[in-house]
Amino acid sequence: MLNRKDLLGLEDLTKEEIVTILDTASSFKEVLERPIRKVPALRGKTVVNLFFEPSTRTRISFEMAEKRLSADTISFSQTGSSVSKGETLKDTAKNIEAMEIDAIVIRHSESGAPHFLARNLDSVVINAGDGSHEHPTQGLLDLLTVREKKGNLAGLKMVIIGDIAHSRVARSDIWGFTKLGADVSICGPSTMIPAEVEKFGVRVHTRIEEALEGVDVVNVLRIQLERQGQPLFPSVREYAKLFGIDGEKLKRAKSDCIVMHPGPINRGVEIDNEVADGAHSVILGQVTNGVAVRMAVLYLLVGKSAPFLPLEEGEKDH
Amino acid sequence: MNMAQDEILIRGGRIIDPASGVDMVGDVLVSGGTIWKVGKKINHSRSAKVYDAGGLVVSPGFVDMHAHLREPGREDEETIESGAKAALKGGFTSIVAMPNTDPPIDSEGMVRLVIEKGEGAGAARVFPMAAITKGLKGESISEMAHLREAGAVAFTDDGNPVSNAGTMRRALEYASMLECPVVSHCEETSLTKGGAMNEGAVSTALGLKGIPSVAEEIIVARDILLSGFTGGRLHIAHMSTKESVDLIRRAKKMGTKVTAEATPHHIALTDELLRSYDTNFKMNPPLRKEDDRMALIEGLRDGTIDCIATDHAPHTEIEKDVAFDDAPFGVTGLETALGVLITFLVEAGHLTLEQMVEKLSLSPSKILGLSSGTLRPGAQADITVFDPHLEWTVSPDDFLSKSRNSPFCGMKLAGHAVLVLVSGRALYESSKERMAPRGNQPA
Ligand SMILES: [Zn+2]
Repeated sequence: MLNRKDLLGLEDLTKEEIVTILDTASSFKEVLERPIRKVPALRGKTVVNLFFEPSTRTRISFEMAEKRLSADTISFSQTGSSVSKGETLKDTAKNIEAMEIDAIVIRHSESGAPHFLARNLDSVVINAGDGSHEHPTQGLLDLLTVREKKGNLAGLKMVIIGDIAHSRVARSDIWGFTKLGADVSICGPSTMIPAEVEKFGVRVHTRIEEALEGVDVVNVLRIQLERQGQPLFPSVREYAKLFGIDGEKLKRAKSDCIVMHPGPINRGVEIDNEVADGAHSVILGQVTNGVAVRMAVLYLLVGKSAPFLPLEEGEKDH
Repeated sequence: MNMAQDEILIRGGRIIDPASGVDMVGDVLVSGGTIWKVGKKINHSRSAKVYDAGGLVVSPGFVDMHAHLREPGREDEETIESGAKAALKGGFTSIVAMPNTDPPIDSEGMVRLVIEKGEGAGAARVFPMAAITKGLKGESISEMAHLREAGAVAFTDDGNPVSNAGTMRRALEYASMLECPVVSHCEETSLTKGGAMNEGAVSTALGLKGIPSVAEEIIVARDILLSGFTGGRLHIAHMSTKESVDLIRRAKKMGTKVTAEATPHHIALTDELLRSYDTNFKMNPPLRKEDDRMALIEGLRDGTIDCIATDHAPHTEIEKDVAFDDAPFGVTGLETALGVLITFLVEAGHLTLEQMVEKLSLSPSKILGLSSGTLRPGAQADITVFDPHLEWTVSPDDFLSKSRNSPFCGMKLAGHAVLVLVSGRALYESSKERMAPRGNQPA
């Protein structure tokens, strides 16, 4: 079990907690390979999915995980920028509190929004991605994927490529992979490397050739073409040429390296088709693992003492 | 206590008056609103009220040259009256109201309004600072001479920088006729847009957009050059970075007419505290790193930073109780300044009590051309008596300010004002039941 109320990020989880989540996720994967892919662990519990920022993939993955654990779920999406986002969040929190639910899964464009909810609510808060801060379940599913393919993570060489400064996936991966003993480096245009990131225990590269040399794991981040404000690189064409992963560049990595991407992919920009669909790619496996990891997190935070068993045949319609 | 205006004898305190180099245990006799006599032992008339200041420090009243009082426009956050009362409780006998109100203080009528409301408050004196530019728009300079005449003590667009260097040049040139400083809020906004906290390892970890230190330093450097070029007096508000301190140090060596202030929160706190996403730590300039904090302390010690100002910036709880990016910048400071400075500067061994008193009274008085800041006989009797050892816990419920947004909530501090005189009248005395002195040993 996890000795905490909320899952807000991987930065404050211990190595042991991370391993517990991954082990639980692995067990769920086994359960889900049985004919009835549903367990009663969260029966009678209510989970609210609050998505203030569009993300079909993550929302569906959470909903799937909740349903497979037999939870009652409500999903709420509010996109588009309202002038008083903060007030909306506070009001929403108060309303939810009044409805006596068990857990909230929140996705928000502002870093720290889940922390704000967690401070104000008794229910479990699970961060499904906050601003440029963290996306802990993505980090966990990345860890699970690599562990499945490579076994032990200690000593593995991993590189994360792209807009590190604005990526919550990069931050969660950095915390998670370094905690489990992997050797993590990051690579991107120098405008996309955040201040003092070396202090997190990662090496920084701005030349992709150096960054890929002998690595076991390549994690390619999505380039946000729609990002507002000052452009962080001169053109997509130049980015693709310098940092886009193709078969040629990938030759510098280990021959059995795996390539990950949190999706959705800009094909031909940060990664080309040949690599995205090629033998090294584990991108679809990440999606499957996303459901298992989210089940594990929900189970460990919300289910607590509930049984882990699959439903009996006759129960499947609940 | 209900002391009359005539005679008060403050007896047996440690008298610290940097203006006259006095640091001794003795008596201060106040009569007719002015300081009558300072000495080892003063004989007094039978009618004088006697205040036993044994174990306490008797200093010139503190002067805060940077407070946002929010009136007119945001009386729900603070009023001139509530701000002046909070100031008094914090040991300040004079405060300067910043002009970024709604409407801003950019006309003679507004200057007079602030003065009148200040007088009506019956607490700390309130001096208005007026806008550098009309409507705080950063375009054309305000009627500085008229504003000065009406009682403005200096000029600032604080809250915003004067982005246009040409406008700043004219402001410094024009103000040089008026013998008062132009106070600069140093921020190159093209570098700070969207920023929420100091740029560095902590902002990277939190995924919050950073405000780089160079955004402050660029304007500090620009304004120093403009001050040297025009001969205008420049005062740098709330400096927060190491390089800013170095720039001022060099400018002073070169004889530029520049002065500077630092705030208690930048002196005491760093960006590490933001890890909780607590909006009470959100301010502009943001809390910086330990290196910067130590550079500010060194700057205070060697005289590079002339004075300490609170940048008291009240906001309602509703405004601050939101996700970090949505919260307004600013923290209150009038009621915590003294405790913070004694705890983090004096008890920490960085500054002597005398140096601290100078930064809080004499220096800001000099910068603004006020007659306060001294206990010399004949001076107006603005006096702060404080207990440097009194321990207290910051509890926003006890604030006289209308707002609660203090970064020091729950913190244990040493040092609090116990008696404050403005023009010889005891306008504040702490109730002994609530704050018992820790001991009566001399400071
Ligand atoms: Zn300012």
